[in-house]
Amino acid sequence: MALDELKIGGMGASRRRVEDNRFIRGKGQYVDDIVLPGMLHMEILRSPVAHARIKSIDTSAAWEVPGVRLVMTGDTMAARNLAWMPTLSYDTQAVLATDKVRFQGQEVAAVIADDPYIAKDAASKIIVEYEQLPAIVNPMQAQDPNSPLIRDDKENQTNNKVFDWEIGDKSATDRAFADADVVSKIQLHYPRSHPSPMETCGSIADFDRATGKLTVYMTSQAPHIVRAAVAMVAELPEHMIRIVSPDLGGGFGNKVPIYPGYVISILASILTEHPVKWVEDKSSNLISTGFGRDVYLQGELALRKDGKILGMRMHTVSDHGAFFADAQPTKFKIGLMHSTFACYDVPAAHLTSEGWYTNKAPGGVAYRCSFRVTEAMFFQERMIHAAADDLGMDQAEFRRVNLVKDDMFPYRTAFGFLTDSGQYQKCLDLGLEAIGYSTFAQEQEEARKRGKLLGLGISTMTEPLGAGNSREYDIIGIKMFDSAELRVHMTGKAILRTGAKTQGQGHETTWAQIVAHELGIPADDIVVEEGDTDTAPFGMGTYASRSTPVAGAAVAMVARKIRAKARKIAAHLLEVSEEDIEWELGRFYVRGNQERGVTIQDCALAAYSNVPDGMEPGLENNAYYDPPNLTWPFAAYICKVEIDPETGVWDVLQFVAVDDCGVRINPLIVEGQIMGGLTEAYAMASMQYITFDEEGNCIGSNYMDYLLPTAWETPGFELYEVVTPCPHHPIGAKGIGECATVGGPAAFVNAVMNALKHTGVRNVDMPLMPNRVYEALQTGKDVSGMPPVKAG
Amino acid sequence: MTMTSLYEEVTQVPDGVPTRRVTITVNGQKRTVDVEPRLLLAHLIRQGLKLTGTHTGCDTTNCGACTVLFDGRPIKSCTMLAVQADGHKVETVEGMGTASELHPIQEGFKEEHGLQCGFCTPGMMLAAKALLEKNPNPTEDEVRWALSGNLCRCTGYQNIVKAVLWAADKMRDQQA
Repeated sequence: MALDELKIGGMGASRRRVEDNRFIRGKGQYVDDIVLPGMLHMEILRSPVAHARIKSIDTSAAWEVPGVRLVMTGDTMAARNLAWMPTLSYDTQAVLATDKVRFQGQEVAAVIADDPYIAKDAASKIIVEYEQLPAIVNPMQAQDPNSPLIRDDKENQTNNKVFDWEIGDKSATDRAFADADVVSKIQLHYPRSHPSPMETCGSIADFDRATGKLTVYMTSQAPHIVRAAVAMVAELPEHMIRIVSPDLGGGFGNKVPIYPGYVISILASILTEHPVKWVEDKSSNLISTGFGRDVYLQGELALRKDGKILGMRMHTVSDHGAFFADAQPTKFKIGLMHSTFACYDVPAAHLTSEGWYTNKAPGGVAYRCSFRVTEAMFFQERMIHAAADDLGMDQAEFRRVNLVKDDMFPYRTAFGFLTDSGQYQKCLDLGLEAIGYSTFAQEQEEARKRGKLLGLGISTMTEPLGAGNSREYDIIGIKMFDSAELRVHMTGKAILRTGAKTQGQGHETTWAQIVAHELGIPADDIVVEEGDTDTAPFGMGTYASRSTPVAGAAVAMVARKIRAKARKIAAHLLEVSEEDIEWELGRFYVRGNQERGVTIQDCALAAYSNVPDGMEPGLENNAYYDPPNLTWPFAAYICKVEIDPETGVWDVLQFVAVDDCGVRINPLIVEGQIMGGLTEAYAMASMQYITFDEEGNCIGSNYMDYLLPTAWETPGFELYEVVTPCPHHPIGAKGIGECATVGGPAAFVNAVMNALKHTGVRNVDMPLMPNRVYEALQTGKDVSGMPPVKAG
Repeated sequence: MTMTSLYEEVTQVPDGVPTRRVTITVNGQKRTVDVEPRLLLAHLIRQGLKLTGTHTGCDTTNCGACTVLFDGRPIKSCTMLAVQADGHKVETVEGMGTASELHPIQEGFKEEHGLQCGFCTPGMMLAAKALLEKNPNPTEDEVRWALSGNLCRCTGYQNIVKAVLWAADKMRDQQA
């Protein structure tokens, strides 16, 4: 008889997580938990200023500290051609500064010592003489022709521009605006934020002179990309490089880039012939590693009186810091920003975008985001909200008019994406019902009598998850596909490895569920391993919600290859031809005689003991999966807030999330992803941002200044699901990890704006701290988060 | 109790740097160690005593990843000196259950999906343990307040709160 899929921990089972068994016992193994014999410790000295020429570095006092083994500066790196390294966006980044420092917190020198305390002591004894230069802290300053040139290291760089980019049909869009009854505009700042996983970045480099092998344990979401980069930068042969990404204490995009600390620790190990550990402290993580957002967004909608959107125009200005060091697909300079309005039927659209260097840490990483879709969706839903208000239309009705209808799929967006499935109206309606939309106006009126302002905000969005396909998506030329390798042992137990790398998403649990679904091997009989480039098949890693869409698909495909071979073995064991074999979960049987069959475990044993003539023994295989398209989940997030007008404090009264991420492998884990994402959305809407003063000092270099929500502030979330299977994914799944972070912020902000509607305020920039909301209430004017424009 | 000098493992103190001998009861076991006076308790626990379940997250007492119970009270071990723990009792995640038998809080975290990356989990569970020892039947708000010194970036806290309430139920059942 076929197995009960839920009982074997297959698809749809809320299987409790396998990885928890070690984490709840304190037995996880994060980089900082690893101790190698003879291991030394590295401390990095960072620049205290944002922009300065280095006049001299005196390391003599550091060398004299007992226990110090090595002091490194830009010269140490330059002697081995490692002072600069390529970034994942075809730029270069200083490893240890040689000429100038270009942001506060930039790496200037490193000390390697017997103990981390000694390394810190010695680093504090290095004397660096700086000749300070004016700091440029926002793109408006960067554009000033009189501003100093930040990247004077680059040939042919005559200004501070990183890139100009354009997509869409300008003339069709111009025509749409000419035909419009109403044009609605908005201007927003998505402030700089930091992904800030609980665990900071770090590495242990271990170069073995005897074998020539370099092993690096590091906090990387994409260990194979690191291996390729190290091979290119350090000119070490790729087979002599092993990158191991052990347990990661969260990533959220922060652990995608390759940081100078990793490279310095590698050279330090080569030079000292000892393993060298570098683990940054929280301040270093916050001031020097990949930031997210920091984009100025403006745009407009061309509208017909009945609410139909005719066209969309958008311009973005992004602050990339001193080095363009985040990963973006080569073709798309600003990532997938042009996925804006993908869930709406917009006939014409045009996007222009520019990126600027500033004296800030390298920014623009995809913080829980597929290459800047977060900013795109925030702009979209704030624009939609403003446009509905401008038309005097109901927020839900305006969306209904413009959302892509179920019978329009596959739908080609104005920017060329192909969205392939969804039930947008159904999701919206489910959410509206859950929040009590029909009685909200009455509720709002009653609250006013109590002196409170109620607001309701909607955010509906689809986003492109699961890069590639490899035709369009690559990182520094490496195509974005992914892989899985499955070995079924003779007793029917198995090991699965993939090119992805879990950071809390629970791959060890969910990948086994996919195999259980495909083969009927109980999930508990399958161990999952990731993160070691010596054993895992090549993959592009985990970010941009691409694990399930790409690596997860590869898992299903490799399991199907195994099943195809097992079918031949079954035919042999049952002494019938393969065409007469039927499959039910966990078992092959003879067509017309269901009693006569063999289990997948029988086939596994036979693969090692009784294969048919001419067949290779063994039951293992691998699969490389290049997705035909991105996956397009949909979400409707609806938020109800109450503002105390006397303080500007707002509370979330109710938050409803309707997510359609296709078929859910493990509902419990999907819900965990959504709640975590919504919390980051709430964080950005309410408190989480990093600013800089005029001299480029980072305000927000620790958790006293950089606010993250705790259990106390974080609201509760009500979750609902709609399932529209992805038509091209082998198990019908779509990405989910970042949907809530991407679509969530606008729901909170729209709710607050709705509560302020009577004042005439159209926009308050995030974060909506009580003082900003209070200011808006008092003045009846918009509150901008943009910095005052001042030449550098 | 054996006198264990963990001097070498804790910190490679060069000659002439003074050390202090401290005795701390860690997870019920008396440990005597020589430490540099500036050594942080979190580092003694992690490097010296090799109990790496206690994590260092922020170094500034904000995130709570390094939370341990100090004479039963949750404290942030990243901003306490090891010498301040002399003569005191410290409980870490490794002391919560045994390999075969989990503490109900550990079970609750797994059952309710109260963790993702696992980095904040030991600190969260210890903060929860201190709460449930004082207040075996807390409300949701009381749990949220008790955990407000511990940050989590993955879960959104809702499942952590459920995990603690699950454990409270189970512990009350066990008492009954």
